[in-house]
Amino acid sequence: MGILDVKNVGKRFGGLQALGDVNLSVKENTVHAIIGPNGAGKSTLLNCLVGKLIPDTGSVMFDGQSVLGRTPYEINQMGISRVFQTPEIFGDLTVMENMMIPCFAMRDGAFKLNGIRSVESDTEIRERAEAMMEDMNLAEKRHMHSASMSRGDKRRLEIAMCLAQEPRLLLLDEPTAGMARADTNNTIDLLKEIKQKRDITIVIIEHDMHVVFSLAERITVLAQGTPLVEDVPENIKGHPKVREAYLGEAAAA
Amino acid sequence: MDAIILQILNGLDKGSAYALIALGLTLIFGTLGVVNFAHGALFMIGAFCAVSLNKLLNLSFETVDPTRTDFLGNPLKVKTPYIEGWFGPDLGHAIIDWSVPLAILFSIPIMIAVGFIMERGLIKHFYRRPHADQILVTFGLAIVLQELIKHYYGANPIQTPAPDAFKGSFDFGAMMGFDPNTIIYPYWRMIYFAFAAVIIGGVFAFLQFTTFGMVVRAGMADRETVGLLGINIDKRFTIMFGLAAAVAGLAGVMYAPINSPNYHMGMDFLVLSFVVVVVGGMGSLPGAVAAGFLLGILESFASMNEIKSIIPGIDQIVIYVAAIVILLARPRGLLGRRGVMED
Amino acid sequence: MLGLNKKDFTLLLIVAALVVFAPFILNPFPADSAMAQFNAGYPDLMQRFVIFGIFAIGFNILFGLTGYLSFGHAAFLGVGSYSAVWMFKLLSMNIVPAIILSVIVSGLFAMLIGYISLRRTGIYFSILTLAFAEMSFRLAYSVLTPITNGETGLQLTLDDPRILGETATATGSIPVTNFFGIEMRATEVMNVGGWSFQFNNGYYMCAIMLLLAFYLAIRIFRSPFGMMLRAVKSNQQRMNYTGLNTKPYTLAAFVISGMYAGLAGGLMASMDPLAGAERMQWTASGEVVLMTILGGAGTLIGPVLGAGFIKYFENIFSKINEQVLHSWFHALPDGIENAVVWVLEHFVGSGWHLTLGLLFMLVVTFLPGGLVEGGQRLGRLLRRKDAEKKTATQSTPAE
Repeated sequence: MGILDVKNVGKRFGGLQALGDVNLSVKENTVHAIIGPNGAGKSTLLNCLVGKLIPDTGSVMFDGQSVLGRTPYEINQMGISRVFQTPEIFGDLTVMENMMIPCFAMRDGAFKLNGIRSVESDTEIRERAEAMMEDMNLAEKRHMHSASMSRGDKRRLEIAMCLAQEPRLLLLDEPTAGMARADTNNTIDLLKEIKQKRDITIVIIEHDMHVVFSLAERITVLAQGTPLVEDVPENIKGHPKVREAYLGEAAAA
Repeated sequence: MDAIILQILNGLDKGSAYALIALGLTLIFGTLGVVNFAHGALFMIGAFCAVSLNKLLNLSFETVDPTRTDFLGNPLKVKTPYIEGWFGPDLGHAIIDWSVPLAILFSIPIMIAVGFIMERGLIKHFYRRPHADQILVTFGLAIVLQELIKHYYGANPIQTPAPDAFKGSFDFGAMMGFDPNTIIYPYWRMIYFAFAAVIIGGVFAFLQFTTFGMVVRAGMADRETVGLLGINIDKRFTIMFGLAAAVAGLAGVMYAPINSPNYHMGMDFLVLSFVVVVVGGMGSLPGAVAAGFLLGILESFASMNEIKSIIPGIDQIVIYVAAIVILLARPRGLLGRRGVMED
Repeated sequence: MLGLNKKDFTLLLIVAALVVFAPFILNPFPADSAMAQFNAGYPDLMQRFVIFGIFAIGFNILFGLTGYLSFGHAAFLGVGSYSAVWMFKLLSMNIVPAIILSVIVSGLFAMLIGYISLRRTGIYFSILTLAFAEMSFRLAYSVLTPITNGETGLQLTLDDPRILGETATATGSIPVTNFFGIEMRATEVMNVGGWSFQFNNGYYMCAIMLLLAFYLAIRIFRSPFGMMLRAVKSNQQRMNYTGLNTKPYTLAAFVISGMYAGLAGGLMASMDPLAGAERMQWTASGEVVLMTILGGAGTLIGPVLGAGFIKYFENIFSKINEQVLHSWFHALPDGIENAVVWVLEHFVGSGWHLTLGLLFMLVVTFLPGGLVEGGQRLGRLLRRKDAEKKTATQSTPAE
């Protein structure tokens, strides 16, 4: 049994069977990639994991507890953080404030009416946020308006915000989509570094095979809403079924 | 039974007004993505078109009638509308009598022009601004229009009669086999309902069967894609705004004889029409129309004495109570679709 | 100081100085001079400044921080007024229990309305609050006449029980509102030269409340709670995926701003013990929206400035009539004078609402950040000019 167990999950939108019968087990402290052609149901699966969608059938267990029927913030409090395809950050706030919010969420829970004590005087939170920014090379930008940062920095900030909550599972939804090669490589290095430094499980959905094969320890190939193969990267590359369904020239090259 | 039919009939005219305003609001919201708080003001302008035409036609010149004297013994001054002077008393009188239906012709170009000016001059600049800004700027515009009307027409309601031919009432009771005089329905209200039905049908037919309407409907569903097809959607949306303004204006013109127009009628109807739109489901045209009639009829039932004696004052708030209940049960409204204004 | 950083404390001091010395500041012209009509240092007007200031500060906590545009906040103000008047009728003329009750009742009312309205966001939310406010208005105007006295409005009478106070004074009149014996309507007049300055107890009561309300607002703005509210405005999705439940945050903001409105309503009734349904009309809600936006939504000082600005000009504009306009422009040739007066006449006197509507449109269109942003822009412009001058003077001797 892994940290994340998906059993027989199915999801239908009207006449479209987005997910057929998905079984997936992610082992703790591994990087698990989910790949597949467009419309394979990758995003639907991800949304089922974080509570944005509720699957019609099946079960999703995180660390022995079911996530089904819980709201996204409850699932996040269980220890699952999510990075979006386009970075979702608090654009109106500074980098420092962006970093402090997950720290508060971690310490004070989903809601706390602390309307009197000032943020400035909360040294515990400040130190945590500072340490995290230091760690992620964001410290120099701490007073910057986060909306005015480059896309790469926004991505870095978003990942930092997720990590500040010390999640056990980090979900990444095409983290390098729309990035230039250099930024993509930076992101790969960043994720490798994160993996090295902490005990964390990463599930990554990705189009870019370069990213997948640089990071993943295990790969699940999804096609038409069902898992085709699940294996280590070396075997996926040469797998005829996968080649046929999806990889084509990308793997051959 | 007769009482129920009577209340349904009574609800139809108010429901028609709600439906017409809500239809325009939904068209504007669906096409332009703008919440127009000045839409009630368009309804009011329509009603005042009827008032103005009536006043214009009644402009009179004075002549002295030497054969008669007033109570002071001076020769009597007689006021004759110019129009009677020009067309002769019979035709002239008929024209004045029919001022409200005539105002329809008079108001259509005015309302379309007002709509164009509003869209090109103001609303256009707010497409990319937050919804809050759109609400606020149109709210400001609504105040300006209402105050201008108040400045020139005064604060009191102005009676605007329907043609004499429609002054009476129709006895539905006798026709349907109930006792005579149990279900009496004024002709003008019947006409209002029929008129509203024609307009609503016309708008739907226009959207359904013309290429123009098809593009607009496609634009309502997915603006960006239609824009990518190289169709100039903006120009069509301006025309839609003019159309919505004309619909609201016509609703106002025809409503003038039912309720004497005053400067705050726009605001009064606007709030209720918003409730109608929300209940019907934001972005759904059939929803707006259905909810308009539904709430109009509900309101008229609540104003029955039998019901008011159980819950006093319920007629004042029944629409809001119904709206809250419906929204709690169906947050998207009666016919609202997933994904419209979800965030 | 007081748990505020230096900048915020200075701001608080400035506001404190403004309200304490308002009777002087708002009375710059001698009483018998022609300019006296621009004076605003009268008790009832100054009371209105600060009461609407409180109302706007509270509204800003909701709108400025979370971005939820409520069109129904006047309902809470009205509820506050009714509660206070009932306290004067039943308990005593002391304003303390009255104000406490107003705040509590409007808080509860806000919780009910907020709980339902906050199920939706954006336009839906605005429309729902609008519908609720209109419903509250109708309830107060006709349905709940036994509680609100309908059209006439709720007033004190000589047969009210007032169990802790007196039903009527020794002279047989209705007792006046007081704060442990200090009468709210009492006014001290100080005549200095041609000036006549008025110091009203009620005004200073309101002023103290304003300062407390402002201080609390600063604390909320600078607190983690305030930061969360700004985060709600910025990105609700990220909030949810950061393990934060946005609902209680927005509801808390809604209730707090409703309580501010209740406080304003309670104070209004404490200054003049009557309450009418027209206070709850949605145009009244629109007015507080305008005050907040005109001053600068989301800024601390903005709502106070906006409230003062609008109430001041309402007072001045309403006083101006055709004769006054003619006297101003009589130097112009007759035709032009008449034309100018004809145009301006739309905007003054009872035309004030027209001015208000136009102002609304202009501010939203050209200055969405309000007076505060306008001031900042002006400041930047001046600094830039200054800098240009400096570089110009510096470069001359170098040549």
